[in-house]
Amino acid sequence: MAISKDEIIHIAKLACLNLTEEEIEKYAQDMTDILEFAEIVNNLNTDEIKETVGINGEYNVFRKDEVKPSLPREELLKNAPSQDEGMFRIPKVIQ
Amino acid sequence: MELYEYTIHEIAEKLEKQEVTSYDLVKSYFDRIKEKDGVVKAYVSLMEEEALAKAKDIDERRKKGEKLGKYAGVPIGIKDNMNVKGTKTTCSSKMLENYESPYDATVIEKLKAEDMIFLGKLNMDEFAMGSSTEHSYFFPTHNPWDLSRVPGGSSGGSAAAVAADLAPAALGSDTGGSIRQPASLCGIIGLKPTYGLVSRYGLVAFASSLDQIGPLTKDVTDSAIILNLISGHDEKDSTSSRREKIDYTKSLVNDVKGMKIGLPKEFLAEGVSPEVKDAILEVAEKYRELGAEVEECSLDVGKYSLATYYIIACAEASSNLGRFDGIRYGYRTEKFENLKDIYKNSRSEGFGPEVKRRIILGTYVLSSGYYDAYYKKAQKVRTIIKNEYDKLFEKYDLILTPTSPITAFKMGEKSNNPLEMYMADICTVPVNIAGLPGMNVPCKLDSNGLPIGFLLIGNSFEEEKIFRAAYTYEQNTNFRDNKPTFKGGEN
Repeated sequence: MAISKDEIIHIAKLACLNLTEEEIEKYAQDMTDILEFAEIVNNLNTDEIKETVGINGEYNVFRKDEVKPSLPREELLKNAPSQDEGMFRIPKVIQ
Repeated sequence: MELYEYTIHEIAEKLEKQEVTSYDLVKSYFDRIKEKDGVVKAYVSLMEEEALAKAKDIDERRKKGEKLGKYAGVPIGIKDNMNVKGTKTTCSSKMLENYESPYDATVIEKLKAEDMIFLGKLNMDEFAMGSSTEHSYFFPTHNPWDLSRVPGGSSGGSAAAVAADLAPAALGSDTGGSIRQPASLCGIIGLKPTYGLVSRYGLVAFASSLDQIGPLTKDVTDSAIILNLISGHDEKDSTSSRREKIDYTKSLVNDVKGMKIGLPKEFLAEGVSPEVKDAILEVAEKYRELGAEVEECSLDVGKYSLATYYIIACAEASSNLGRFDGIRYGYRTEKFENLKDIYKNSRSEGFGPEVKRRIILGTYVLSSGYYDAYYKKAQKVRTIIKNEYDKLFEKYDLILTPTSPITAFKMGEKSNNPLEMYMADICTVPVNIAGLPGMNVPCKLDSNGLPIGFLLIGNSFEEEKIFRAAYTYEQNTNFRDNKPTFKGGEN
C-alpha cells in the first residue's frame, strides 16, 4: 500500500511537525517501504490471541497517596526557555 | 599494562590494596581520552574536573582508613540519555543540547552511593534511534577496530569507549539491540537485562515497554558486578520488578556441564554473513566440548519481530516525544507568533531526520483507522513471539544466535536506507519484544579484523544462566588478547 504525500502532510500535522516538500516526498517513500515490510504481521493468525500490553505481568501498580517533597520549582524552571514569576511563559492563547 | 587497560574488578582490587590511587587511575583515563577520543569521538561531554576532585577525596578517605564501598573510586562512563544531576543530558539531540539534569536517574543514584566516578557522557544515535551512532546531532562515533566503520548503535559511544580503553565500563540502554549490537561490533560484553530488572527512572524514554538499562564491559565478571549495583526494585518505576535481589557474581562459575542450549536454524540462514555463521557454529562446538548440550532448534520470529518492533517502538516513541514542545525544557524556536508555532517550529527544528521519521510512522500506526490494523495487531503478534520463546525455554536453558548478522559496516553505507539499517537489529529485536535478557559475548575477528559476537538469550529473570555460560566461554577462550588497531583513520 503506497502512502501518499497528502497522508504524510496529515500525519505531520497530527505530530506537530513542519516538513519540507523534500521531506514529505522522502518520508512518503520510506513509510511505503517500511509499512510494506510490516505487512508481514498480517500473515499470522491472531484471532485467539490476547494483546501483550506490559511484558513482565506488572499491571496497575498502586502506591499510597502520600504527600512527599518534589523537586524544587526553581530547579525545574532552570530548563525553561522562558519563565516569569515562577511559571512557564508562553505566548497569549486567549484572543 | 597501563592503568586504563584494567577491568573494574581488577581496579577495585588494586584500589583496595592501595597499589594505585583513584586519582592516578582517573587521570590515566582523561589522558587516554585526550590521546584517542579525537579520532573515536565517543564522548559528548567530559566531567574531568568533578571526576578528579572526587577521586582525590576518595583517596584521602581511603588513606584515613574510612570504610568505603567496594567500587569506590572506580570510574565509569554514562550514555547521554541518563540524568546525572547538574550535568547535561542531551540524548545527542539539538532538542536537548542545553538541557541540564535537575535530578539523578535511579541507576546513577545507585552508582553514586557506591562512590563510583563518572568520566563523562557518551554519544548515541539521537534519542537512541539508530544502529550506527551516525544519527547523533553532534558527530558520529567511530569504531576503534576500524575508524572508517560504525561502532553500532545506539549506545555506540558507550561501546567504542570501553573497546578503546576510554572507560573501564559504561552504562547503555537497549530498546531493540542498542547495547548488544554495538557491543558486538566493538568486541566487548554487552548485557540487556530482563525488562523490569533495572529501574528506568531518569532514563529519557524512547519506547517504554522495551527500554532497559544495562552494562557494557570488558569482561563477564564486570557485567555481573555492575548488574549487582544497578538492579532492584524502584518505586519510581512502576514496571520495575519486586523480585528479591540476586548476587550475580555467584554465577561466575567455569562449568556448563548439563546446560542445554538451543541453536535456532533461522538465525543462521539468509542475511547472516558466512563468516558470522561459521563463528557461531564454532561457538556451539566449543560449548559442546565444554560439556553443554547444544541442539539445533527452530525459532521463526526474526522478521515478525522486526515488523512488530517498528510498529510498537515508533508508536511509543511518538507518544513519549510528544513532551518536547518548547515550553518546559528543551529547544525553543525563535520563529513564532503563537503557541502552535512554538510547538511546531521547536519540534521541526529540534528533532533530526530519523527521529521525525519514527514519530511520523508512530503517529500513523496510532491514527484513527490504522490503530487496529497495525498497533493492536502488533501487540497480538508480540504475544505469539513471547509464546514461541516460552516453548523453547521449556526445553533449553539458553538460546544461542549471532548478535549482529554482519560485522561493523562502513560509515554512510546504510544511512540513506532506513529498512536496511533496521535489518542490523534482526537478531536482537525479538529479545526486547519478549522482554528477555540477552548478552553479547565477543568470539573472534573476521577476515577484516572486525569483532564477531554471539548472543546468549535467557528466560525472564534468568540472567544467572547467561552469566555462567558466558563466563565459562570466556575462561576457556582468549578473545581479549585482541586489541583495537585504530586503523582506517586517514580517508
